Amino acid sequence: MTHCVQTVAAALAGAVLLAGAAAAQAPERSWAEIEEAARGQTVHFHAWAGDTKINDYIAWAGAQLRERHGVALEHVKVSDVGEAVTLVLAEKSAGRTEGGRADLLWINGENFAAMKEAGLLYGPWAGRLPSFVHVDTEGKPTTLVDFTVPTDGLEAPWGMAQLTFYYDGAVLDEPPRTIRDLGAWAAANPGRFTYPAPPDFTGTTFLKQALVELTPDPAVLAGPVPDEAGFEAATAPLWRFLDALHPHLWRGGASFPANYAALRQLVDDGETAIAFAFNPAEASSAIERGLLPDTVRSFVLDGGTIGNTHFLAIPFNAGAKEGAMVAAEFLLSPEAQARKADPEVWGDPTVLAPSKLPPEDRQRFASIPRGPALLGPEELGRVLPEPHPSWTTRLEAAWLDRYSR
Amino acid sequence: MTRAALAARAAGPDAARPARPRSLAWVPALTLGLFLGPIAVGLVGTLLPAFGLLPALGATVPTLQPWRDLAAAPGFATAVRLSAATGLASTLLALAVALSVAACWHGTRWFQALRGLLAPLLAVPHAAFAVGFAFLVAPSGWIARLASPWATGWERPPDLLLVNDPWGLALTLALAAKEVPFLLMMVIAALGQVRADQALTSARCMGYGPVAAWLKTVLPLVWPQIRLPVYAVLAFSLSVVDMALVLGPGTPPTLAVLILRWFNDPDLSLRFQAAAAASVQVALVAAAIGLFRTAEMAVGRLLRGWVVSGRRGGPATGLRVAALAGFGAVAAAAGGALAVLAVWSVAARWRFPDALPADWNLDRWTDALPGLAGPIANTVAAAALSTGIALALVLGCLEHEQRSGRGRPTSRGLWLLYAPLLVPQIGFLFGVQVLLVLVGLDGTWPALVWSHLLFVLPYVFLALADPYRALDERYARSARCMGASPGRVFRTITLPLLARPIAVAAAVGMSVSVAQYLPTVFAGAGRLPTVTTEAVALAGGGDRRALAVVAFVQMLLPLLGFAAALAAGRRR
Amino acid sequence: MRGLALHHVSLWIDGHRLLGPLDLAIEPGTVAVLTGPSGSGKSSLLAWLCGTLDPAIRAEGRVTLDGRDIGTLAPEHRRVGILFQDDLLFPHMSVAENLSFGLPAGLRGGGRTARIDEALALAGLAGFGPRDPATLSGGQRARVALLRMLLAEPQALLLDEPFSKLDPALRSRLRSFVFDHARSLGLATLLVTHDPADAREADGPVIDLSGG
Repeated sequence: MTHCVQTVAAALAGAVLLAGAAAAQAPERSWAEIEEAARGQTVHFHAWAGDTKINDYIAWAGAQLRERHGVALEHVKVSDVGEAVTLVLAEKSAGRTEGGRADLLWINGENFAAMKEAGLLYGPWAGRLPSFVHVDTEGKPTTLVDFTVPTDGLEAPWGMAQLTFYYDGAVLDEPPRTIRDLGAWAAANPGRFTYPAPPDFTGTTFLKQALVELTPDPAVLAGPVPDEAGFEAATAPLWRFLDALHPHLWRGGASFPANYAALRQLVDDGETAIAFAFNPAEASSAIERGLLPDTVRSFVLDGGTIGNTHFLAIPFNAGAKEGAMVAAEFLLSPEAQARKADPEVWGDPTVLAPSKLPPEDRQRFASIPRGPALLGPEELGRVLPEPHPSWTTRLEAAWLDRYSR
Repeated sequence: MTRAALAARAAGPDAARPARPRSLAWVPALTLGLFLGPIAVGLVGTLLPAFGLLPALGATVPTLQPWRDLAAAPGFATAVRLSAATGLASTLLALAVALSVAACWHGTRWFQALRGLLAPLLAVPHAAFAVGFAFLVAPSGWIARLASPWATGWERPPDLLLVNDPWGLALTLALAAKEVPFLLMMVIAALGQVRADQALTSARCMGYGPVAAWLKTVLPLVWPQIRLPVYAVLAFSLSVVDMALVLGPGTPPTLAVLILRWFNDPDLSLRFQAAAAASVQVALVAAAIGLFRTAEMAVGRLLRGWVVSGRRGGPATGLRVAALAGFGAVAAAAGGALAVLAVWSVAARWRFPDALPADWNLDRWTDALPGLAGPIANTVAAAALSTGIALALVLGCLEHEQRSGRGRPTSRGLWLLYAPLLVPQIGFLFGVQVLLVLVGLDGTWPALVWSHLLFVLPYVFLALADPYRALDERYARSARCMGASPGRVFRTITLPLLARPIAVAAAVGMSVSVAQYLPTVFAGAGRLPTVTTEAVALAGGGDRRALAVVAFVQMLLPLLGFAAALAAGRRR
Repeated sequence: MRGLALHHVSLWIDGHRLLGPLDLAIEPGTVAVLTGPSGSGKSSLLAWLCGTLDPAIRAEGRVTLDGRDIGTLAPEHRRVGILFQDDLLFPHMSVAENLSFGLPAGLRGGGRTARIDEALALAGLAGFGPRDPATLSGGQRARVALLRMLLAEPQALLLDEPFSKLDPALRSRLRSFVFDHARSLGLATLLVTHDPADAREADGPVIDLSGG
């Protein structure tokens, strides 16, 4: 495996240089010129499509883009953005360096790190979006650093995420507020808690949350995994915790929900009582849409929870780069961001700093209704940074090795 | 030896093979060019990365490292065992039910009634069936809701491992249920060729019980004709993706799902290991087919003594009831799946343990339909185009076969036709995708239609060949004697006489096309979404109501096709 | 009475009468003949007698074999053997295996082989046991088919135009072969035929369904 990674990395270093050189040669165009070039283009937007409210939001954005900019946004519905990475890779294998099938990707974390490293991304371009100046880069540093990997303008921030727990208030009064207390609660209430199986995104985030709380020295997580011994030392408490937790999980830990939606369904069916989402507005929005009982309430852990940013990226060979940039600009605009933050629409927190906005745009954010289970910014507590992506990969592999043999 | 018996023998691989009939000379050529060539290239394109060759990732030095990585990959061995167990068990179970239904009920009114059910059952797409099946049997499913809390005392779903169980039992049962109608249909088609009724009458007049008579005199004749369909079921069950995603275990999943997971992993180096695993998947299918063939011969030898022992067998009432119950369970599962999808699609709120939703509305339909219009149009267009081309090719072959007066295709010809069904999709689709990108066809209609045609054509052939050959040649001959050209005979005699089988074959072809998931994802490059890709995407993200809408539509489309086929056939 | 007896038998299809009412008594060792045009219900009558009548056809009347009412029994319990136009030798079995299929299970091992060899010799086919039925001539196949059925020890015999596909010389030889066996075993036999020569040779009651 290491050998493979080295071969790939060595070969890709060259590719990155080539891509950089190509980008440098492109003449700098004004935004108006880009908008002009985008008119009439069709942008194939590869985005996870497991949630109808997100699909509906993308459809809305598509209608606006067509009307205002003459750009046709086609939502390519994928169940895993890895499919799009496969597609770009297949195109690169076949030597298609332009006119690629994917124009815009919804991406972050390890997918971004892998594509950046493999030279599969176009850019830098994010800084050229007119709305980029409103991005809350100080308050939300993850808009520039994706899982500790600098974005370098190769992707534009789209939305924020923070791990937020929720519980069914009809079943318990006071939820546990630390990972250890959660373990104790699960032991006292067998079968009433579980988490999605990594490498599912939400499941892996739970692992990282537990790791951040349990590891002896959290500072280690900011850098790449040091070595085998370092990984062992940092993760040993996590495995001890999970080994003890699993027998008390739903289905005795013999089966795990496949993803977040399946986890939420278990709460709605009354099978489990505590769950979590990577979106603070999720519980509220799910109640609104009849997917959770209205007795559900949100909470976060005392020591803070992991947060990150999700992004939009353009493949190196996209056929409609200008259209993709115009689409990204619209999605980053205060209007689109405020609509997205509305729990009745989607409930995805904005990447913008409302304080940087003109008053009428600020008002858009102030008037967003808050559902019964939505925590205010102050209640959400501390945002913990994501560990370096190498931890994600190692954690997932180690989890699979222990619990999915 | 009768003609039917000769045919039965010709279909067996060990039969003395006549010289390759000239009538089909151009068919293998076309099949090779259009079908097998790309599959072979796809296999190579999958195999090369397994040995460390993937120039896009800068890997140009052959190495065995992917295989070492694969051997060390967590869950790999379990995934292989799981695939082998679920694939073999579900095939054997489906075969047992299909054969016992035929053996026990052949020649009765029940058998006639049950034949009418086969076509709609066959039309149910795998993904929708899996979703509906899960909605029925899960601890939070409809069956538990109907019985709770009054009978079970459950106020919340019991903590039972009924779906996604680590042993793959739910997957095995659902796969078997999905394949029984296909196998039974193949058995019935074969029965028409071997004059089973008279053989049965002879045996029963010699004192044999109905089941023993069928097993001893009909099964040995039918078996060579259903052997390839059985292998196709085996290959499919060993490598199915969509049903395994919904019903199979996750830690680890079956081999095909694990491979797809690795192909889609952000860690690009996993692709080498994925390619190696895809080669293992191909080998697993080959080994399973080999094992099956060996077992067939062993069982055949063992049973030979029993066949001629003179033992007459009894009325086998127990087996008859069991066979009918087995088929009833299959029909009930499909009907229940359709019903539970329909109810969920109009539920506003439906919490456990309510037997029915507390509130109903059409919101999910009004929300979903505008977005579904495109996928529905794509689904129908892909189905219509691939089926139309398949019909033209199959009719052309059969007509040519008849005009040249030569026999049916050799067993080699049949194997070629079946090749797309016998090679696991996951084994060649990545390579095919690279090939399509190379020729600039990925994400285009020709690529999508072609990828569907690979799987539609064999089924259309299966559905049409027997009725075509059963057609009394004397009609055509007498028309020719009256001066009609072969073309005119084909248009004015053959086609009208075959209107009903052609309509049924068209419906079968469309339902096969509608059900395709992996080919649509790979050849469509995500640009040509169908209701099937929508359903699988939503199955991963689960608002049950929204998923139910899409799965219901997916189930409905082929059923409408069959209804139209029946109507068209009846009008004649 | 002994033998095969039909009492007021009629067959109905879609509410109209296909055949009958028919009364017929066939003594053991006699060959009765049923003739009539196509579609007069001859084959349906045989199917009803052996218990495999198409469910679409309704039958009235009674049939007894050696006094036993067999009309409601399953085919395998009637002890009525049938021979068709086509010999229907099972192509997946050798000649000997076909014969063994007819033999009752009670006879085992060497006794079984001996019975088969004896039957083959009787038919002038000694040594043909291991042969594939496909390699036999039409007449040989027809003889094996008859022997196979006789080995199953029926008490009555139904013959559905079994000679019609053979050439005249062969037909006459096979006819004698069948009739001789039926008579010597004391079987009540019903022959359906178009051939007047069959009726003459049978030398038993003749029922003509034409015009009926």
